[in-house]
This record gives sequence, structure tokens and C-alpha cells, in this order.
Amino acid sequence: MRSHPSIADLGKTRAGRQARSFWRDAFVFILRDRLTIFAVGVLLLATLICSLSPVVLERVFNLEVNATSIPDRFKLPGEDGYALGTDQFGRDQLLRLIYGGRVSLTIAYLASTLTVFIGITLGLLAGYYGRQLDDLISWGINTLSAIPPLFLLLIAAAVWEPSTEVLIVVLAALGWVGTSRLVRGEVLSLKERDYVLAARALGASDFRILVYHILPNVFSIVMVTMTIIAGNLILIESGLSYLGMGIQPPTPTWGNMLTDSRSYLVTGVHLIFMPGILIMVTVLCFYLVGDGLRDALDPRRYQQ
Amino acid sequence: MIRYFQRRLLQAIPTFFGVTILSFLIIISAPGDPVAMITYSPNPSPEAIMALRRQLGLDQPPLTQYLYWLLGNDWTTIDVDGDGLGETPGKRLGLLRGDLGQSIKQRRPVLDLIVQRVPATLRLGVAALVLGYLIGVSLGVLAAVFHRSWVDQLIRVMSVIGNAVPAFWLGLLLIIIFGVQLDLLPISGMRNITQRGAQSFGDALRHMIMPVSVLSLNTIAFISRFTRTQILEVLQQDYVRTAYAKGLHSRAIWFRHALRNGLLPVATFLGPSIGTLLAGSVIIEQVFQWPGMGKLIIDAVFSRDYPLVMGSVVMASVMFIVGVLLSDLMYVILDPRIRLE
Repeated sequence: MRSHPSIADLGKTRAGRQARSFWRDAFVFILRDRLTIFAVGVLLLATLICSLSPVVLERVFNLEVNATSIPDRFKLPGEDGYALGTDQFGRDQLLRLIYGGRVSLTIAYLASTLTVFIGITLGLLAGYYGRQLDDLISWGINTLSAIPPLFLLLIAAAVWEPSTEVLIVVLAALGWVGTSRLVRGEVLSLKERDYVLAARALGASDFRILVYHILPNVFSIVMVTMTIIAGNLILIESGLSYLGMGIQPPTPTWGNMLTDSRSYLVTGVHLIFMPGILIMVTVLCFYLVGDGLRDALDPRRYQQ
Repeated sequence: MIRYFQRRLLQAIPTFFGVTILSFLIIISAPGDPVAMITYSPNPSPEAIMALRRQLGLDQPPLTQYLYWLLGNDWTTIDVDGDGLGETPGKRLGLLRGDLGQSIKQRRPVLDLIVQRVPATLRLGVAALVLGYLIGVSLGVLAAVFHRSWVDQLIRVMSVIGNAVPAFWLGLLLIIIFGVQLDLLPISGMRNITQRGAQSFGDALRHMIMPVSVLSLNTIAFISRFTRTQILEVLQQDYVRTAYAKGLHSRAIWFRHALRNGLLPVATFLGPSIGTLLAGSVIIEQVFQWPGMGKLIIDAVFSRDYPLVMGSVVMASVMFIVGVLLSDLMYVILDPRIRLE
């Protein structure tokens, strides 16, 4: 939001420094939060590696992620130049982890964005307009949240045999409920505020009120949920893939690399650790960023 | 209070129909002809296809199919073979009268198949719920008592990590450590207690240890955080300050004020926990080959047994809806403030 010039001047004279906006303040707060910065760093690094290295590996080293080599089956980490060993088809585990990470992170970023987009839109509409529209959207929310999370996803995944794109849409179409409920609740109280009344008195349209006056005020909460959702999506996607319902082999994902692991619990133990650790670390980083954002964007912080 | 519960019960009705519509819509939008997936022969004769479609009711428009599934088809007669006489093909009673249809692969009533599997899932779920609440609440109280100390920090870190660990992977790790390397626990399956007295009871228990621990992890992580927040909030209330001011022993404050009021909202999470546990059981049952509902639905999804899939989703949702209703009811009974509203 643009701050009023006279108020900004006031801030300058009173505190003897440049008045800072809410967002800038939150940004400065996060910069001091070492754990959050560390988590952001890990995520950035992982994103960079997973998005850039496949191109390099294919173009420069002529490596093929699905290249099988039967004599090289179940090589231990470090053996014959395979840093993390090979799987039951002699495929390089490190390569597959990088490619799998690309899928997981793509889904985390895109599906969480789409989820939140749907959630905000429906939440704003339901909360602001109320009446039948609210009834309809609330019905959708109640219905979707009455089905145990994974069940519907399982059928949808089985019915539409997902590619990454389809999976992103399906995850978002079934996952917007939480955000929507949150936004709706906020809007219900926000729309009664004086500044909304003032905007309406000035002749602002519903669209203007929603986008310029209400949306900025729910945005900080939504950002926190979005990072948590991103973490959850990685867990859900890996679970689906593990069950064989997610992205289908030979495309590697961190989940489907573990699908068959039960059949080589003895010969290929080394294959089981890394995918899980990577899932855990990534999810943990998303959660930590969410925690950090929550602290930074909490207005009550100023009262302490 | 009765009126409140009546209202909640009424609200559950559209939700239930929403669930049936949604699961039906997803199944009906499945690309490809289900008949082709059911018949094993690569080139079934047109007559055989027609007969099968008629038997499954697939020759009807989607809305009729939905109504048949929901209400049954014995209230209507359809002229199927075009001889001018109406007849009812493959009589069904419909979902609302407890007929979930026939499983295509197993050729048995869907309801029977589900009912058969419910006890196994319940055993896993209830054990995980009890364990999750016991450990979760204890850790939460501990974290609140030692607020801002290393104990609090440790429990916080543990619960964040507990949420971030993929359950199936943790299950695999446990299998490797306790099942394969140490050879202490069985790595799959379920045992019934009824078979041979004490020994089989121990055996049944041993089969449960790993799946229950993994399944309860999410509940532990969530409940411990939630308990901590609730108790810390109660401790800031005026009546706690009053209690301290009048010189009440801190043990009395803790047990009579902090715990009693702080743990009330925790009890309401029993309902939502059921959903989490049902979802978790899908993965856990697959990892440990536990013969419950989760395993049933996965097998059904894999073999494209759509009546069974739809039946399982509806039944799981009904269990979930009822669970949430019961936990709401419990909350109202426990908390007089809500009862009086």
C-alpha cells in the first residue's frame, strides 16, 4: 500500500529515520532471522541445482537419466564413480535424485501458487458477497474437507494418470479448501471495517475494494499458508508417487524412487536413505520459512 | 445443546451428498471405457460389451447412473431390449439403502468387502490416536511447563521434524532397522488375537508396534504443539493471575485451571485427527501390508474397480463426518461456555 506522505514525514521527524512500510519492516526482520535465511538459502540452492543441472548434465556430459546398465546394478555409493551408487537397473542414483527434485520442486512451487490463487479468489468471493455464492462455495469447502485428504487424490490420480501438469491441477483443485476457509473468515471481518466503508463512500467498485483494500490485508496470512502448503504438497506428491499413483516411472521422483524399495531391503539399502532425507529437508525448509514469515508478518510483534 | 447438535446434523446432509456427487463425477470423467478395462479379452464381442454395459448400468445417461447408484433402480423399469416391455436390469437398492453395488473384480457386495476391512483400520487408527494423544499431550504440557527452556526447544524441533518426515519413508527405515537388521519385529501383516491365547496376543501386538508408531507421529507432532499453545494461552488469563494472587498452590493452578481449560480445545481435534489417520492409514497399510481399508482402496484403484473405489471413498467420508460430529458433540458437553450460547 502507498503510505500517506504526511504520515511518512511524521515518522521521519519523530523517530529520526526513514519511515518503513509494513513489508519493508518484515523484510528487515527476516534478514535478521538466521534460521529462516538458512532455510531460504537451502531452498534456493536446491532449486538452482535441480533446474539448471539437468541441462548441463545432458548437454555437456551427455548423461541420460534413464540409462540402464545391468552389470552396474546395486553399486554401493562411491563404487565405480557412482557417488550415490546405482539402483536395481543400474541407473545413477545421484542423477535420478536431481531429476526427481526437479519434479518435486516444480510441483511445490506451481501447485502451491495455483492452490493459493484458487483459495484466495473463492475465499474473497464467498466472504465478500455472502448469500447464495457463499453457500455454494462453503458447500464445496465442507464437502472437500469431509473426504479424508488422500482418498480423493488417489482416485483422481488413478483416473487421469497424471503427468506433472495434470497432477499440479489436480492437487490445486482438491487443495484450495484450507486457504479459502481462512480468507473467507478474514474477509467477513475485514469488510465491516471503516476503511472499506470509506472506500465505498468514495464510490469505489466492489472489484476495487476487494483488490486494493481487502486483498492486501489477507495477503500476509496467505503467504504463510502458501509456504506450509508447498511443504505439504511435496509430502503428498511423494506419498502418491510411492503408492504408484503419482508421476509414473521411468520419470524419477523422490517418491517413486522408493516404490519398489521393499523388494530390495537387503541388497539396496543405500537407495532408501537419500530420497527420504531430501524430501524431509525440503519440507522442513518450507515449514521453517513459513514459521519465519509468520513471525515477521505478525503485527502483534510491534506491541512487545 | 440439542438444537445445536440438530443443526450440525442437518449441515452434514448436504456435505454427504457433496461427497457422493464429487466421487461420482471424478469416476464418470475417467477417460476410456471401463468395460474395456474389465473384460480380459482384447476384442470382446459387441453383444458381450452391450450386456456388460447394461448390467453395470453404463448405458444410461450420467444423471440416471448417479440416481441408480444413490437410490437403486428397483423403483423404475427401463425398456432395455427394445421389445416395448419395461424390465429392471440387475436390481440394485442404492447407496442410501446400504447397497454400494458389486465389486467388479471380486464379484462380491462392496459393503461386505469394506465392512470386512474396517476392524483392521480401526485397530490401527484407535491405537495410533490413543498413543498420539498420550504422548502429544504429555510433550505439550512438558513444553509449556518448561516454556522457553531447552526442553521446549527440543520438543518444538522434534514436532517440526515429525511433521516433515514422509511417513512411508520412516516406515521403510523402521523396517530396515528393526525388521531386517535387528530382526526384532515382523515387517508386514496383521495377526488376530483370537487364535492361541497369550502367545498370539503378544504376536498381534508385535505386528502393531511399527505401523502404529509411524501412524501416530503426525498426531504427536500436531497435538504437542497445539497443547503447548493452548496452555500458554490459559496461563495468561486473568483467572490464573487471580489464582496466583490469592496464594493458590501452583500445582493446584496447573491441574485445576491450566490443564482443565487448556486441554478442552485439544479434545476437539479428535474429529479432524480421524481424517488424518484415515489418510495416513492408506500409506501405512501399503508399507506394512496391513489388510485394512487403505489397502483395499489402493488395490481397488489399481484394478479400476470403480464401484469399490466409490464405495470406499463414501464410507471413509461417512466415518470422518460422524467422527467430527461426535467430537463436536463431546466439546459441547465438556465446555459449558459453548453449551450456554
